[in-house]
Amino acid sequence: MDRDDTKNRIDTLIEPFNKKDVAITEDTTFAGDLEWDSLTVMDFVAAIEDEFDIIISMNQQAEIETYGQLIDAVTRLRG
Amino acid sequence: MSEAISQPDKPMPLPGADAAPGDATDLFSKFDPLIKQRADLLGAGQEDPFNLVMEQVLSPVTAICNGRETILLGTYNYMGMTFDPDVLEAGKQALRDFGAGTTGSRVLNGTYSGHKEVEAALSEFYGMDHAMVFSTGYQANLGIISTIAGKGDYIVLDIDSHASIWDGCAMGNAEVVPFKHNDIEAMEKRLRRIPEGAGKLVVLEGVYSMLGDIAPLKEMVAVARKHGAMVLVDEAHSMGFIGPNGRGVAEDQGVLDDVDFVIGTFSKSVGTVGGFCVSNHPKFEIMRLVCRPYVFTASLPPSVVATAATSIRKLMQAGEKRAHLWDNSKRLHAGLKGLGFELGTDEPQSAIIAVIMPDLERGAAMWEALLKEGLYVNLARPPATPANMTLLRCSLCAEHSQEQVGQILTMFETAGRKTGII
Repeated sequence: MDRDDTKNRIDTLIEPFNKKDVAITEDTTFAGDLEWDSLTVMDFVAAIEDEFDIIISMNQQAEIETYGQLIDAVTRLRG
Repeated sequence: MSEAISQPDKPMPLPGADAAPGDATDLFSKFDPLIKQRADLLGAGQEDPFNLVMEQVLSPVTAICNGRETILLGTYNYMGMTFDPDVLEAGKQALRDFGAGTTGSRVLNGTYSGHKEVEAALSEFYGMDHAMVFSTGYQANLGIISTIAGKGDYIVLDIDSHASIWDGCAMGNAEVVPFKHNDIEAMEKRLRRIPEGAGKLVVLEGVYSMLGDIAPLKEMVAVARKHGAMVLVDEAHSMGFIGPNGRGVAEDQGVLDDVDFVIGTFSKSVGTVGGFCVSNHPKFEIMRLVCRPYVFTASLPPSVVATAATSIRKLMQAGEKRAHLWDNSKRLHAGLKGLGFELGTDEPQSAIIAVIMPDLERGAAMWEALLKEGLYVNLARPPATPANMTLLRCSLCAEHSQEQVGQILTMFETAGRKTGII
């Protein structure tokens, strides 16, 4: 599946969650740069799962540290 | 990414130490933020909420704590079986007849007639074919979940699940997929997206112990069934109390027959220690050979299984106690609400009533004020709580008298005004 399309859609999805208006690049980290709490992570993951009709298991989430890795993972999961 | 998920009881990774190259890294540096938080709290003169000693236990509902006679409202001793004369006598007899401990695994030298008797009592209590007793409730979840869901299987679980459920997931090799607390639609979406042919286990709790709310098991179990998933329900906080026969929330909502595995504990309504799983699965007995937290630990002492078996059989006939406990729960809930406290549920749903505190500092102050009034409740704080709440968790007992519930309300009023919570 097209990575650019995935990225564009996630760019839109992340906006309401980026409350601190961090300038997000492919290297932005969720824990370090965005400082999201657990509820925000859960809601954001659910939003992505619903948008693409996929599952991102906790096991897969553990491998995702940066925004770029998230886009790669979602692109892969879309098949 | 999941490192930011520190939902209830899920293990929370702590920030690492910033050691300069060449420095020996103190493995304890990762605990520094917690050490500091504790030091700050205690430095302000706060009595340590996590280091209380009961010098004397007078009854299921009263003890001497720090020299003060204290009403216990945070013990999970829902049915007050800890001092039941028949239960105590059974324990004493077993201690005399079988000794202090088994010194062995259930699969080697650690199965005595008492272990078979308590499993028979559980089978009868739940009306299920198989019962397997573990040394603690924690080990029951750890063992069953990690063993039945293997590589390539999916575990779909509520995000507010107990630590023992999360640890069971972490110990196994299945894909772990959490959904928003009690959200039927979120659960169904995840089940629908699981690849065809994969094994599926849905893990739910009857009563969630932090807020004392119950799960919509009727709907959730039906959805799980529709998607071909097996269902495990942890009824730790409902056994003995909820449901016509005290079998729990699944029984109360009429779906116990559709639940594959019920997990429970002896350390709440039963009044001692131990854990169990009951099931009608025809191949269930193989668990005794493949479940490592069952095999690689010593079995419960003879006195413990004897007290548990006696208590479980008495709980089958405890309809009046159940009714009195519901009265207590309703009365405390209405009273606290009337005083202006914010509670975890709009209506009482279980024997747990959670009082929401504005923050940890004021929660700890309120906890201490209550203790000085002569009342013990549980202080629950993040990350064990949902949405980072600080809670004063009250768990009622069937042995609390009407008069004591009245005293408890007076203590809450006095402590609440003293600390400015109400």
